[in-house]
Amino acid sequence: MKLLTLNFLTCAIKTCKSSPLSFPLHPREVELEILETDYNAVFLRNILPRLEWEALRVLAGELGLPSLPESSPDVSSLSTSSEEDDSETPTQVAQDLHRLLLETCIKEGKLVCGCCGHEYAVKEGVANFLLPGHLV
Amino acid sequence: MLPTPSTSHVCFDRVYEPAEDSYLLLDTISAPSETAFLHDRFPKASTTPLVLEVGVGSGVILAFVAANANTIFGRDDVLTLGTDINSFACQAASQTVQHAIANPNHSIFLDVINGDLASSLRLDSVDVFIFNPPYVPAELPNFSHHDDYNALPPGKQSTTFEQDSYLLELSYAGGEDGMAVTDRMLDQIPFILHESRGVAYLLLCAQNKPEEVKQRIRAWGPGWEAETVGSSGKKAGWEKLQIVRIWKP
Repeated sequence: MKLLTLNFLTCAIKTCKSSPLSFPLHPREVELEILETDYNAVFLRNILPRLEWEALRVLAGELGLPSLPESSPDVSSLSTSSEEDDSETPTQVAQDLHRLLLETCIKEGKLVCGCCGHEYAVKEGVANFLLPGHLV
Repeated sequence: MLPTPSTSHVCFDRVYEPAEDSYLLLDTISAPSETAFLHDRFPKASTTPLVLEVGVGSGVILAFVAANANTIFGRDDVLTLGTDINSFACQAASQTVQHAIANPNHSIFLDVINGDLASSLRLDSVDVFIFNPPYVPAELPNFSHHDDYNALPPGKQSTTFEQDSYLLELSYAGGEDGMAVTDRMLDQIPFILHESRGVAYLLLCAQNKPEEVKQRIRAWGPGWEAETVGSSGKKAGWEKLQIVRIWKP
């Protein structure tokens, strides 16, 4: 499960949705794996404005990953262009972001709601958000 | 004609096999009128759109959108995310999408989540929503054994016959008028769709009383539209299956 996916997820319990505590979900006892994927410059540029940066910072911190700057990097900091052949080279900021959002995956572990404390299991990379009958 | 993703690795004993309904969704979303609408709604310079399919089954629809993002949206930076209540479908669909975009790897596939409809999605987060529901008017399966049936039996390498029947029932049985599951989904749609650019594609069959469904959607509030944008199996003036687009113009 990609870390970027967590940008779009919250607790499945209806009454938690309105609470700011239900986002982001908090990873616990997590085993991470790196699954490499192609770098996509256009994507990185266009996803930046819709990232919940503060949530991503919290997530990186809780996972013990290198800490992120306080505010979202500017689009202009993602690439440097060469005057010789008009090509664009991704900066370290961009490469780190690519690695964090798309290549860092939760293989096993739990995702915990900060509002109700419910734990959602992640097994073999698949998160299970099904609730027991009494919580639906 | 855009290629249909391969689902040859999927075990159709417990995961819904692509059928006429799946193909109608593929044809509708890739039809010139629909791609023109989507190109216009998600111009290249706008933020990356998130496509969510609920009930992915084999993953054929989500994989089709992921693999043909450039034709459908006119851009490669499209995110795809799926959910399914059947964990075997989650694994199968994930493979289908990854395989379909492997070469060239352009659009970005997130994950397939095991869950009930879109209950784990954040408000306002979905740009394009796709749902091929269990629409057949048939009694809903008994959910009380779901946890047991949703995984391999302890110590076993294969599923049981009862388990497979249950998992397939989930994919087609829609309760009264075939609308029990779709009605629950419709309750969530206005909340998860992005408030200005969100658009949903919903498949309905004739027994679902599509005209009434569309009227109910238009009554959600000012601005909501629901129109039939694809259909198949025309018989004596009524369509067997149709795709309804739900959006705010």
